[in-house]
Amino acid sequence: MRSGRVLGALAAAAMIIAAGCAPGSDNSGGDDEPSPSSVETDVASMGDITLTVWDQEVRSGQDKPLQELNKEFMERYPNITIKRVSRSFTDLQKQLRLAITGNDVPDVVQANNTRGDMGAFVKAGLLRPLDSYAEVYGWDDRFPASIRAASSYSSDGKTFGEGNLYGLPLTGEFIGVWFNKAKLDKLGIEPPTTLADFEAALKKAKDAGEIPIQFGDKEGWPGIHELGFLQDMYAAKDDIRTLGYGREGGSWDTAENKKAAQTLVDWVKDGYFTDGFNGIDYDPSWQAFAKGQGVFLISGTWLLADLQPALGDDLGFMLPPTGDTGDLTVTGATGLPFAITKASEHADAAAAYIDFITSKDAMAKITKAGGLPIVDSGVAVSGTQKELFDAWEKARSEDALVPYLDWSTPDAYDLITADVQELMGGDKSVDDVIGDLQKDYSSFVADNAGG
Amino acid sequence: MGDGAPERGSAAAKPTRSRTSYEPRKVAYLYLAPALVVFAAFLLWPLLHAVYLSLYEWDGIGLGTWVGLGNYKDVLTQPELREPFLHSLVLIVFFSVVPICLGLLLAWTMVRSQVRGGSVFRTAVFLPQVVAMVVVAIAWDRIYSPTGSINHVLSWLLPGTVTHAWLGEPSTALVCVGLVGSWVGTGLCMVLFLAGLSKVPRELYEAATLDGAGSLRQFFAIGLPHVRGELAVALTLTIVAALRTFDLVYVMTSGGPGTSTRVPSYEVYRWSLEDGKVGYGVTIALLLTAVILLITVLVNRVAEGDDT
Repeated sequence: MRSGRVLGALAAAAMIIAAGCAPGSDNSGGDDEPSPSSVETDVASMGDITLTVWDQEVRSGQDKPLQELNKEFMERYPNITIKRVSRSFTDLQKQLRLAITGNDVPDVVQANNTRGDMGAFVKAGLLRPLDSYAEVYGWDDRFPASIRAASSYSSDGKTFGEGNLYGLPLTGEFIGVWFNKAKLDKLGIEPPTTLADFEAALKKAKDAGEIPIQFGDKEGWPGIHELGFLQDMYAAKDDIRTLGYGREGGSWDTAENKKAAQTLVDWVKDGYFTDGFNGIDYDPSWQAFAKGQGVFLISGTWLLADLQPALGDDLGFMLPPTGDTGDLTVTGATGLPFAITKASEHADAAAAYIDFITSKDAMAKITKAGGLPIVDSGVAVSGTQKELFDAWEKARSEDALVPYLDWSTPDAYDLITADVQELMGGDKSVDDVIGDLQKDYSSFVADNAGG
Repeated sequence: MGDGAPERGSAAAKPTRSRTSYEPRKVAYLYLAPALVVFAAFLLWPLLHAVYLSLYEWDGIGLGTWVGLGNYKDVLTQPELREPFLHSLVLIVFFSVVPICLGLLLAWTMVRSQVRGGSVFRTAVFLPQVVAMVVVAIAWDRIYSPTGSINHVLSWLLPGTVTHAWLGEPSTALVCVGLVGSWVGTGLCMVLFLAGLSKVPRELYEAATLDGAGSLRQFFAIGLPHVRGELAVALTLTIVAALRTFDLVYVMTSGGPGTSTRVPSYEVYRWSLEDGKVGYGVTIALLLTAVILLITVLVNRVAEGDDT
């Protein structure tokens, strides 16, 4: 029983400590952002500096150019050492939260644009606003407003899509339709440009014994893209943006959103997706497509460098078809932006680094590696990469981009991934799923406005 | 506790001396200190820190807000956590009941009949214990996949049957995760029971056979009572393994499809690291710890109860 008493005493002690100070630290407020005039751009004169960079550019289209860029930066400025820490997207997302609040904070981090990540970091005052650097380095000219918006927050982290600039992306990305040209030719189908044509093509593919849409959703997140793809067919652009940026005045509970969800269910019933998609991981699913299984693959542009070598000339890419709205609407935005932590002691060097990896030369490197640079590099491309670049140009010029659905609220990612699995698995009704999403959205918007 | 034999001897030899002056209790703490320091640093401190975190609403990044016992109230009242704990109960069947029954059966068979190649078999059954859980999970993930071995064998045996996405359907996913637990746990249970049964003197069986007791009767009259201690150990280990299952779920299903394989440990991770509700997640962890502690104590009470 003695040990019981000791434990009790310790617990009591802990309570007292606990009542005294809250966990975490409050860095918000008091932005110590340098004015443009005090920004140091002469990297060579900064002395010996080690820049720690955390990124998730592990796919071949992005990893190679970044390696080269890091090397060149260090060659140009021998006083700088770049310590690169690379993780996969999901791993980075988890470890970054711990790293950015720890004692040994990286200087440059690639933070997901979402409210749950970048938004939360901004709110806690852990990221540095980059507006002064943007002015000095002319980033406002380099990047169009729509791209900067995807990395912008108000300084309290509540408003997404406007306010201070907190990061810059290297690549663009959006959800489009990959297709197998050989199979389309065999089926006698032209790449469909409207939803009706697309559905007809799916039916034809199914009847011919093909897998119409290659799909694997065991991890849950690819489902966000499928639902978004159909929402883009039925709902108006601005409504999706209101939801996606978590702004007031939107609603999930609309006929259009329900129709999108219902169509997804119908497609499952019609057998348009790979059998057992909820049991297939994302990577095996696109790899199967690369091996010639499946006519279409609704997924992101980031797959280009991986799909191209496997399918060669048979690989095709197109923008999503237009649906009821008649407007081209495309889910997509930027790759994950590179941001500078507030704890970094070498913010000026970090900014120079970000400027370097987003330069025109950097964009050319990304293009050559088969990636989609965020802004045009001027390098001529051909084949599927050209189809993809043209699509990106068209989506941007028609202002067709809408944010990913999981950007909407901090819990949206978790909710949508599970709900779409259940929706498509036939375990949850359209009304229940839309109800869940609406509940999450409306309670978030109310909280965000209130507190 | 501290009464060693020599001390008792010396106390008996000099009964007039005051007992306390010769009591080497304080020195004992010195010997215990290294272990205590390690225990305190790696178990006690994190536990207390967890209690501290559980009293706050904290996103893991910014400044926490004091909520007192609010998290505890939420954890105990919100229906969303009932499902994961129910899933744990299902897992206990697969992680604990099934391996213990199979382990008993295997151990009994191996002790009572001279099986050729018994040691090879023993090793094979125990092997899953040696492999890291993540590796186990990845291997089974492949086996269960729509293009995996199970479906291959099924479609070969019964052509034309619809193959399953075993981990992709809510009705089968949890059971599939559980079966992996059975596969892993059986070896451990078998080895434990083998050790217990090997203590049984051969004469007992001979006597029982002479009395006309069949194998089943012998099992319940001789085998089972002799492995009571091992049974308690096996129960404790396997129930704890069931309740803290994380790696299998994380690698194989991420709690999906939907919410059908979410278990308490996974919820701890999901809430504290993914959803930025550290206080809430930690409170689940503490509740889980309490449940595990309670079950361990109960199992040991029951196992020891009749002996003394």
